[in-house]
Amino acid sequence: MEQAGAALPPPGGRIRPALAFRPAPVPPLAARPLEPLLVRSGGRRWRIGDPVFRGLAAGFGLSVVGITLVIALVLFRKSAAARATFGWAFLWTSVWDPVFLRFGALPLVYGTLATSAIGLALAVPFGLGAAICLAELLPQRVADPLTFLIELLVAVPSVVYGLVGIFVLVPAMRALTTPIAATFGWIPLLAGPTYGVGMLTAGVILAVMIVPFIVAVSREVLLAVPQSQRDAALALGATRWETVRQVVLPYARSGIAGSVVLALARALGETMAVTMVIGNRPEIAASLFAPAYTMAAVLANEFTEATSNLYLSALIEVGLVLFGITLVVNALARLLIPPEVGRA
Amino acid sequence: MTAHARRRRRVDRVMFTLASLATALTLGVLLFLLGYLAWQGASSVSLTFFTRLPAPVGESGGGMANALVGSFKLIALAALAGVPVGFLGGVYLAEYGGGSVGWLVRYAADVLNGVPSIVVGITVYALVVVPMGHFSTLAGGIALGLMTIPVTLRTTEEFLRLVPTSLRDGALALGAPRWVTIVRVAIPAGLRGIAAGILLSLARVAGETAPLLFTSFSNRYWSPGVGQPTASLPVMIFTYAISPYDEWHRQAWAAALVLLAVVLGSNLLARAALGRGRPA
Amino acid sequence: MTEAPIKITVRSLGVRYGSTVALEDVSLDVPTNRVTALIGPSGCGKSTFLRCLNRMNDTIPGVRITGDVRLDGEPLYAADVDPVALRRRVGMVFQKSNPFPKSIFDNVAFGPRVHGLRDRVRLHELVERSLRQAALWDEVADRLDRPALDLSGGQQQRLCIARALAVEPEVILMDEPASALDPIATAKIEELIHELKMRYTIVIVTHNMQQAARVSDVTAYFYLGRLIECGPTERLFTNPDRPETEDYITGRFG
Repeated sequence: MEQAGAALPPPGGRIRPALAFRPAPVPPLAARPLEPLLVRSGGRRWRIGDPVFRGLAAGFGLSVVGITLVIALVLFRKSAAARATFGWAFLWTSVWDPVFLRFGALPLVYGTLATSAIGLALAVPFGLGAAICLAELLPQRVADPLTFLIELLVAVPSVVYGLVGIFVLVPAMRALTTPIAATFGWIPLLAGPTYGVGMLTAGVILAVMIVPFIVAVSREVLLAVPQSQRDAALALGATRWETVRQVVLPYARSGIAGSVVLALARALGETMAVTMVIGNRPEIAASLFAPAYTMAAVLANEFTEATSNLYLSALIEVGLVLFGITLVVNALARLLIPPEVGRA
Repeated sequence: MTAHARRRRRVDRVMFTLASLATALTLGVLLFLLGYLAWQGASSVSLTFFTRLPAPVGESGGGMANALVGSFKLIALAALAGVPVGFLGGVYLAEYGGGSVGWLVRYAADVLNGVPSIVVGITVYALVVVPMGHFSTLAGGIALGLMTIPVTLRTTEEFLRLVPTSLRDGALALGAPRWVTIVRVAIPAGLRGIAAGILLSLARVAGETAPLLFTSFSNRYWSPGVGQPTASLPVMIFTYAISPYDEWHRQAWAAALVLLAVVLGSNLLARAALGRGRPA
Repeated sequence: MTEAPIKITVRSLGVRYGSTVALEDVSLDVPTNRVTALIGPSGCGKSTFLRCLNRMNDTIPGVRITGDVRLDGEPLYAADVDPVALRRRVGMVFQKSNPFPKSIFDNVAFGPRVHGLRDRVRLHELVERSLRQAALWDEVADRLDRPALDLSGGQQQRLCIARALAVEPEVILMDEPASALDPIATAKIEELIHELKMRYTIVIVTHNMQQAARVSDVTAYFYLGRLIECGPTERLFTNPDRPETEDYITGRFG
């Protein structure tokens, strides 16, 4: 705070303001001389605390790197037998036969990708719609508690979804799909028989699981769009929807795409809920209603039953493939979402 | 108003109605889930559930006492194994963390976060279960611990960064060495948020099933210490749910209710500690 | 003024970070048990200079410091000097008060504890003595365990002064200690400075020339990283040597 035009103090005296406050004077040195309470240290340069602490923290930080490398390494090495036996054909062979020890991951990869795709296809419209509603439409004091509730959904464990899936979704799907298959079964996509479990059911439950996630992340991305952008559009006479569609969404496009890709990454790795409703059949079928299998599901079901070394090795190779796919998808997501907005 | 303008108004209304429906549906699922679970589970939760061991197949009167204890032990082990790594790693990133080492650590934490939990289970199986020769609570705890690392690390870094530099400067000016400013000023100042983050990460792993399937496996009886396989709540839910026995289904609902209550309760607690508006 | 021994001597001090020159060729003497005020417009380097005296500039990445600074004849920037030990002898109070989110007692006791004092009786003595010296004791004696952040702005700043006093420094550096405070709180701080200089050497940076005139014995005027003039306060304000100084204190610019 500069003082413009400060007056020079009158010669011969300095200005001291009149004060009502008089602080207690500094106490005189005590009658008993107090030894210095603190021992003065010399000019030692050497101080071990800092480098030790920094080294410790860095060590733990780097151990995270080590752990990730170890995971990749273990997957790679323990799948050696299967990789040697099946080679790259593992990825496009569609036989999964534990009895005769012929393993091909194609049905599993297909099942994983297909269920995730169905899940995304169902989840994105709902998730994005809800995110738009919460970010653009509702006033904050309504939107905040609702968002809070939806974010709680993200915390529900997979196995709980699976439980509800088995006892609620599966019978419902069976009831819904049987008449559809009866009428439209000549379309391969909708052919019977219908069991209630299957690809579509798994896709639906995945959708239910990832919608809250898409809502949460997309909402943050939308909220990050500067208000000035919306104001500009509205001032030009655009309706709210037109503003959202033509200004806000394009601005937030990469963030939303990133949230979708992140949701995909989660869907790919989902194990329990999918395992409980997919039907566990390692075959590629055309119908949505047919039972299927995913990479995570086969691991959950068969890992502890693997009778031979090759079997186990093949399963671990499936894990390796899954690891690789999620790695790529996560990297893609990170490219799209700026770091401040990205979440677990 | 022209016809064109009227149409635009209509589109506006329709789209936002659809968006509201989507929100309502999403919330409806939550409420349905919780409600159904509460309905099914409440009737099955009883003292027996909390105090008895599982009964033989087909018999009633069993409980999940061992699974409750097992889950508790697993979470405690996970905290011991994962929290120090995540915490100190986060301290490193916040206080010393520019440069390539920091970038590498952040990237690795991101990768670790994205690894499917079942893959973590495979790794721990190969590294702990195989050498030990059998499943164990320890292996399960380690697997869960690995999964707590990324969230703990990120939250610790985030909340330490929020502590103003002026506090650290104040401590430095008093003659504190740098590590003291971190340990005795910065960390205590950010502790609330960090603790909430740790709670959230533990709540998340409490519900994890997949990594336990081949690390701690399961157990019909008590599991002494940490060297034996153990029952756990999520695994029991899975096993009972896919079984053909009604009695087991009822217990699965009860277990799911308890698990959900613990997980959601911890989330609420952590959010309350963080105050309004902080994303998990 | 010439009869006071010199506490800190600065010769040809220069500070650069990156390509920015913050200080160039500054030489001055800080007399013992007196108040030295550093004045000048924003960005003139006075805070940078202050921070050189307790080596707080070391924390800035890429900083290069040249020249010679001595405390009681000992060079501060020698290779074997421990900045931590230095900061015990040269304390600092910041522009915006920064009490730790701890209790009042723990704030004042922080410094001594860090330097190894554990004896609770002596800690209590030290805390009381420091709070008395900072003219805060009467206001907080009955609530030492309460959070420091509950205090008013002026009280917080006096707490920070007490905290600095608790490590028993010889020199106290103050970077615009009252600029964030209302006039009454400012007046209290200024009275405090008058009392403190009997036992400590004080160097204070201030934007407020009237404050400098009220409070200090020696004033140094900085401009664009250079020391323009330094001398007894009364003389500097009534009869400055340099025209730049006169321009500044009469408010022709700045």
